[in-house]
Amino acid sequence: MADNKAFARETSRAPVSQRRQETGEIKKDAIGGDITVNIDGIAVKVAMGTTILEAARMVNIKIPTLCQHDDLCLAGVCRICVVEVDNERTLQASCSYPIFGPINIRTYSPRIRRARRNIIQLLLRNHYGECYSCARNNNCELQVLAKEYGVTSYKFGHIKAPRYDKDQSSYAVERDMNKCILCRRCVRTCIDLQEVGALEAVHRGAGTKISTYMDMPLNDVVCINCGQCINRCPTGALKAKDPAEGIWKAIEDAKKHVIIQTAPSPRAAIGEEFGLKPGTSVTKKLNTAIKRIGFDKVFDTNFTADLTIMEEGTELLLRLKKAIAGKDKSVRLPQITSCSPGWVKFIEHFYPGRLGHLSTAKSPQQMFGAIAKTWYAERNNIDPADIVSVSLMPCSAKKFECQRPEMNSSGYKDVDYALTTRELAGMIKECGIDLPNLPLSDFDDPLGTGSGAGLVFGATGGVMEAAIRTAYELVTGREAPFENLRVMPVRGVEGIRKAQIIIKDTLEQWKFLEGVTLKVMVAHGTANAKKVMDMLCEGQLDDYHFIEVMACPGGCIGGGGQPIPTGPDIRGARIKAIYAEDESLVLRKSHENPVVKQIYEQYFKEGPCGHLSHKLLHTGYTARGKWINVKKTKRGPGSGS
Amino acid sequence: MVKQCAVTKKTVKDGKEIIVCDETRSKLLPVLQGIQQKKGYISDKDMQETADRFGIHPVEVYSVVTFYAFLTSGPKARHTIRISNCMPNIMAGSGKIQKEFEKALKIKKGRPGKYKNIVLEETGCIGMCDQAPAALIDGELVGNITPKDVKDIVRRLSKKPLTRRDYA
Ligand code: SF4
Ligand code: SF4
Ligand code: SF4
Ligand code: FES
Repeated sequence: MADNKAFARETSRAPVSQRRQETGEIKKDAIGGDITVNIDGIAVKVAMGTTILEAARMVNIKIPTLCQHDDLCLAGVCRICVVEVDNERTLQASCSYPIFGPINIRTYSPRIRRARRNIIQLLLRNHYGECYSCARNNNCELQVLAKEYGVTSYKFGHIKAPRYDKDQSSYAVERDMNKCILCRRCVRTCIDLQEVGALEAVHRGAGTKISTYMDMPLNDVVCINCGQCINRCPTGALKAKDPAEGIWKAIEDAKKHVIIQTAPSPRAAIGEEFGLKPGTSVTKKLNTAIKRIGFDKVFDTNFTADLTIMEEGTELLLRLKKAIAGKDKSVRLPQITSCSPGWVKFIEHFYPGRLGHLSTAKSPQQMFGAIAKTWYAERNNIDPADIVSVSLMPCSAKKFECQRPEMNSSGYKDVDYALTTRELAGMIKECGIDLPNLPLSDFDDPLGTGSGAGLVFGATGGVMEAAIRTAYELVTGREAPFENLRVMPVRGVEGIRKAQIIIKDTLEQWKFLEGVTLKVMVAHGTANAKKVMDMLCEGQLDDYHFIEVMACPGGCIGGGGQPIPTGPDIRGARIKAIYAEDESLVLRKSHENPVVKQIYEQYFKEGPCGHLSHKLLHTGYTARGKWINVKKTKRGPGSGS
Repeated sequence: MVKQCAVTKKTVKDGKEIIVCDETRSKLLPVLQGIQQKKGYISDKDMQETADRFGIHPVEVYSVVTFYAFLTSGPKARHTIRISNCMPNIMAGSGKIQKEFEKALKIKKGRPGKYKNIVLEETGCIGMCDQAPAALIDGELVGNITPKDVKDIVRRLSKKPLTRRDYA
């Protein structure tokens, strides 16, 4: 899997010297292009500029790291990765030491071990928290290091009381800075990878802490709830808000009809929580586990992903018709996808004037919620007030999305709880269920039928791929011209991808599209989305028609609720699993989904973008702007310095 | 005078302006110092506007403002006493001077003291090691402070605006 180093490199605003060093192929003919270094007695040939850490990894020598992360630029702040380099007086941080000569390196020695143990001890000095009650127990990099380096007592003491209040203001992300080790991975994630800039290190020296602008609650600043910072935090300082307790209560309550919709990405990743290799898809075992926990029905978000394609695709065709056939200048094109709630909040904050470009279609999660408490309730004679609608999502921003006040078009709160992959894994474990060894079971009817097109929504480019499969066929009557329906031009890991497709021999009612070159673009990670939006603002995208944006790197499979750790290779493996599962399905186009057809025949009788579907399946947006209103909160400006 | 960041405004097609900043971030500090000099502190509005001008996020500006002791993010008292806490000063007894100041200002355990218009702070080395213990009082360097001087300084500060001669 080609990893996405390019991703981090292109999005990072760090000075060149701090960015991730590229190794790449060694050019044989380049003078001084490669160097042989000696690591623990092993000769390693590396390209000039390779860091010691990367060179060591090439020969499977493990150097501990904390502040280093494969997705992020260098920081070099934790010093846990120190090694001995011959002729250097002091220990060197291997993650940020580029190799420019034939050096001798030692990665372990009494001196190194002592230094590392002291660093860990110093971190533990200020680390307030109990592993038992911590969300990251058993999956914490600090805990692992403490064990590996034989920490048996607190050499420098141990803090007895919390220094900071927890910030639980956000619907999605909880911050407990008492557990923070100041590695600044979250800062680099939020600023470089996501271009949101909600977090930074403030104050200095012993008073340093990670905080928001003017120490405001996270909910009152520009945070988009993407949860990417959680996925990259080495400790339990950042966690998602866990709704499990409310769900347990609903399951226990005999009166309640508890249903769950499962998004495509968790099934390709939840196995990691049970020790399976990244990229192991466990769809049908997961269904069994969910039923055993006690959910009444397990449904598939792919179904409403298909519905999203119908609604969003129709909306696009209508906009194109108005713009091309009607020559209507007021039509906002390109149309931009709206299924990623992190992205929606991003554009609401940073490009409030461009909200007209967003599709009005709700995300699959919210469409599902609306349908569950209307169509589904009516058909099955269930009082919607008794339905508890849960969603299994790879995403922390979904927690915010389902709380948005406008998301109650069914007359009730459309989705009651948004549960992440990690949290469901916790519930399964709590029941003592051994997920990898369960029998298989299918989704329930009728909302459990989804197509492969809905499934690929999980990977970046997936919405575009699904849309092309359907729109091309609707307009021309022929299948989209790609081998085995693999729309390769929109797949991949580059941050921004462009593609175009020429439409020929259209059906009668789509004549206005004859010969039109449909131009599309795909972006993932909001730093890339920002670049796209800047291009759009400068008028460079006037000839584009459709843009897919996912807030998280890699798309939903890299979402903020997915198993930790994350990295280019893990995301790549999950994407592969999704595409493989798509090809194993018979049903691979949204418009061929029989339940989608049925719902348009029986319920949304006016078809996509009709009156009822507008009421239940579409939404509006709030122009938030990026100005942070400090007066709103009690904690006003401090005395500074 | 601090050179201001040049901001270009580009008008895009629907008549709106987007701001393109062609300044590098290294000019951030001079700009912040300029604001601090002029207003005595850097307000919330100033921080957010500065962030806009540099094309960075407000929290990044806040981070810089909180990092540097001489930049402040909120209005403070009229007078600031900054006692140097570098090694030569500590050895010359700056700790004792600090205690004296706290006594004179009636400051108890970090809570504001009797004189609301005077704040007491520590600072890193101010280059007055030869005249330690030293302090920076409203931007003026004062050296060789003895416990006897403390009361005097506080009395003068609490009364009237400062002139250089006050501590000469
Ligand atoms: S962050 Fe890690 S070390 Fe700290 S309490 Fe949680 S699991 Fe334990
Ligand atoms: S959730 Fe996303 S936007 Fe919010 S602080 Fe974390 S990385 Fe930044
Ligand atoms: S919150 Fe987590 S990622 Fe951020 S600095 Fe602290 S430990 Fe590192
Ligand atoms: S991992 Fe190298 S300094 Fe933190």
